[in-house]
Amino acid sequence: MSDFNLSELVQKAHATNDYNSLIQLVPYARLIGIECLRLGDEMVFRLPQNESNIGNPLPAIHGGVIAGFMEHAAMLHLLMFMGAPHLPKIIDFSIDYLRAGHYRDTFAACQVWRQGRRVANVAITAWQTRQAEPIATARCHFKIDEP
Amino acid sequence: MSDSQIFERTQRFLSVLRHCQVLGLRVEHADSRGLTLRLPYSEKIIGNPETGVVHGGAITTLMDTTCGISTACALPELEVCPTLDLRIDYMHPAEPGHDIFGFAECYRVTPTVIFTRGIAYQRDINEPIAHAVGTFMRMGKGAQGVFGSEGKA
Repeated sequence: MSDFNLSELVQKAHATNDYNSLIQLVPYARLIGIECLRLGDEMVFRLPQNESNIGNPLPAIHGGVIAGFMEHAAMLHLLMFMGAPHLPKIIDFSIDYLRAGHYRDTFAACQVWRQGRRVANVAITAWQTRQAEPIATARCHFKIDEP
Repeated sequence: MSDSQIFERTQRFLSVLRHCQVLGLRVEHADSRGLTLRLPYSEKIIGNPETGVVHGGAITTLMDTTCGISTACALPELEVCPTLDLRIDYMHPAEPGHDIFGFAECYRVTPTVIFTRGIAYQRDINEPIAHAVGTFMRMGKGAQGVFGSEGKA
């Protein structure tokens, strides 16, 4: 569809500490409004408070958006740290909702538990007030070997 | 409750979910056995710009919504049922340019939780893009307010 070199984009993002071009690449990430912030060797993803992500008039963020945010955070994390040459492809995704996702900023951090040649296992934690009080935890597998 | 009442109830449920309007979700079919929603294909939900394949997040949202609203097909009165957990298994990528359907049914209803399962597909439900299972918590009718009082609205 489009013509771009993913590894080049990742290298440039690391060099300039500006990950926006990497995020702008994926329309769905633009739709829900993902951002990311590098703190040393750690990456924290942010989903800013956004009216169009509301899924419940309370208001609360749609559970599917929280899941989509976490899935995309995991994919970006793999791209940034694991040198995956193509966008990883999702195999399965499982999420536990622990607390209501209030209408405010949400954060996520990822942990790669295992990266084999073909498959990676990533755990994601999402929180709003304190990282120790997650609103959701998720785990997923990605296929990483093919374009 | 008649199937047309169920259809009307699921439509009202869907209409108050802001993000579902953004994605353009529509009720395709609803009866006492389950619910089918349609997710129209659009460029804004693409997850892979190389292939045009829809992002898993949009499919998760479709299946969370379908499984969640399918509780309204199984309960005598509308209740707020937050998601406890959800799992999606991808059988193969969605074909770009085509709408995605989500079907879900409740296969066990207890006083505290509801177990649902669903399928995301495009042309044929026998060729699923994804399987989903979701568990929902029953908060009881008292915890409503969000949808207004049914029948009087």
